[in-house]
Amino acid sequence: MGNKFRSIETKHHEERDAFFDDLKRLDRRAFMRVAGISAGIVAGMGLRTPQSFQLVNVAEAQGTKPRFSFAYISDTHLYDQKLNDRFVRSILKAVDDVNALDPQPDFVLFGGDLAQLGQAVELKLGAQILKNLKAPVKMMVGEHDWFLDMGELWRELFGPPNYSFDHKGVHFVVLNSILEKDFWTERKLTPMERMKIVAGLDNGIQSRFEVGGEQRAWLQQDLAKVDKKTPLIVFSHSPLYKYYRPWNFWTDDADDVQALLKPFEKVTVIHGHTHQLLSNQIGNISFHGMLSTAWPWPYAPEGLPKLTVQMNRPDPFSQFDGCGNGRMDVLESGLVDKLYNLWERNPITVRASYLASGGKQDAPPRTKLPSY
Amino acid sequence: MTIRMKLLVGAGALLSFAGGVALAGEDSAAPEVKKHAVPTSKDGDLVVGLCDGVTSLEVDGVKEGQKLTREQALRVSGALMEQWLKKNPDANWDPAPAVAQAPPPTKTPEAPRSPPAVPSTPQKPSSGGTMVGGGVKPESGGKDVKKQQGANLQDGHTYGAFSQRDEAIWAASTQAFVEEGNRVFHDAELLGGTVAVSCDMCHPDASNTHPETYPKYQVQLGRVALLRDMINWCIENPVRGKPLADDDPKMRAMEAYIYAKRKGTPLEYGKK
Repeated sequence: MGNKFRSIETKHHEERDAFFDDLKRLDRRAFMRVAGISAGIVAGMGLRTPQSFQLVNVAEAQGTKPRFSFAYISDTHLYDQKLNDRFVRSILKAVDDVNALDPQPDFVLFGGDLAQLGQAVELKLGAQILKNLKAPVKMMVGEHDWFLDMGELWRELFGPPNYSFDHKGVHFVVLNSILEKDFWTERKLTPMERMKIVAGLDNGIQSRFEVGGEQRAWLQQDLAKVDKKTPLIVFSHSPLYKYYRPWNFWTDDADDVQALLKPFEKVTVIHGHTHQLLSNQIGNISFHGMLSTAWPWPYAPEGLPKLTVQMNRPDPFSQFDGCGNGRMDVLESGLVDKLYNLWERNPITVRASYLASGGKQDAPPRTKLPSY
Repeated sequence: MTIRMKLLVGAGALLSFAGGVALAGEDSAAPEVKKHAVPTSKDGDLVVGLCDGVTSLEVDGVKEGQKLTREQALRVSGALMEQWLKKNPDANWDPAPAVAQAPPPTKTPEAPRSPPAVPSTPQKPSSGGTMVGGGVKPESGGKDVKKQQGANLQDGHTYGAFSQRDEAIWAASTQAFVEEGNRVFHDAELLGGTVAVSCDMCHPDASNTHPETYPKYQVQLGRVALLRDMINWCIENPVRGKPLADDDPKMRAMEAYIYAKRKGTPLEYGKK
């Protein structure tokens, strides 16, 4: 029997796919048609504001085209695949997503926490899966990758955890922001005990994350060569500001690092670790969080940056809800539009203009269900 | 805590000794405990001291550092008590108070645990330290009693003539119950999970568990759910274990932990 019936969900996804396909061939006339369809979809879905993805594309039609784009996958928290297939399925979904991007991103940032407990089988599985990405990969380290062997295997597989590079007129810096002061020697902890303490978000035994003096000196030296007008994009696993200390949504020496970034005109920090839609602006620095593929985290009970538009409360009954991957569009201006590709929901873009205007322009759609 | 200490505390709780130092809440002024130097055994056997600071007992066949079974420990504490009663024939003993005990700890997890789940609850002023009639008096020993002196207060204690020490035991039992929940919540194995996923991975500090919103209609289940239904849902799905019975000690402990973490949040059943 042929499959004559299509569910509402299938129809919705077909319409969406057609919509995004059309976007790629966009002239003015086509734009009007697509905008019409998108308005229809928006109305059909009962969204109150027509903002969700219609306006995003209006902006693109007006010619603020990105200089280039890069994609990200982050916080995959892999266990041995024999133990846990759930997280493996998620990273594979993200790899498929990124490989399906057309045009392909210039590179893919991996945002850290490839492994759950830093074990060889986990890191090697991750490395193997990431090899399937068509675009080149830039690796960043997370605390789950580090604290079993203090980064030994990670460095062997992926190289140094902090480095910089230039790409199409933008200076990129990758930091290792998850270093912690020694809490294990005095307690005589085994490497696995140390790892499990760090892996527990609410485990207060561990120290707070820091970039550390040595790396800050390296950063200062690295940035000394860079013209202050050159756009700067920094990758760190933890947010390079102070959001919520008990969960290490936090970098202890964030203020010192920010001071090094302050002289530059256009600075964007992209971070992982928080598993949620998260935006912040401190002076000249814009901050964007990344989604996890493994699980979403609730918003912390306090300290949420006021520019953050919360993502809707994820549905616990869906493995993929609240998770995802995303894309950064680096604009001609050197600032970044951050697209959150929330699986099973419409994508949300947090625009550079939203953060730069202090929330006055281009606000992303508001949440219907904020956290409890 | 050494075995000896454990036994002392255990015997103390069981037999309603005065003191109860180890069990006292943070706020109560804990009296100094005198060190009880027990004689060493010739054969290297375990020597257990009673909390009177004098009486001791050598446990045959159990070496220093070895663990006692519960039966052995009960025999030891019984024998010690017998010795003490011989020395103090006129002692007037109340029967052991019936105190709800937390379930015994399930097992020691591999990694050191988080700090205590919640700070111990400050207790209301106690009605007295010793069991004397005539209601609240300054000499009853309650911390705030002096403050209340002269106030027009009603007499007695709702639950009978209980001392500050009793209240400390209640608080400690409650705390232990919550702690057990903290442990289960953070341990995929204890949860019976098969994919190494534990509750805290998505719910750090039991956040986003919103116990105050139940009962409510859980659309995805198509029925009204209680907190425990959602705990079981998580155990079956992301954790991939077997659901717990309503009266399973692990279920009860986890409920205790989750409610404790949400202290102060107004109840709002049915909240979306």
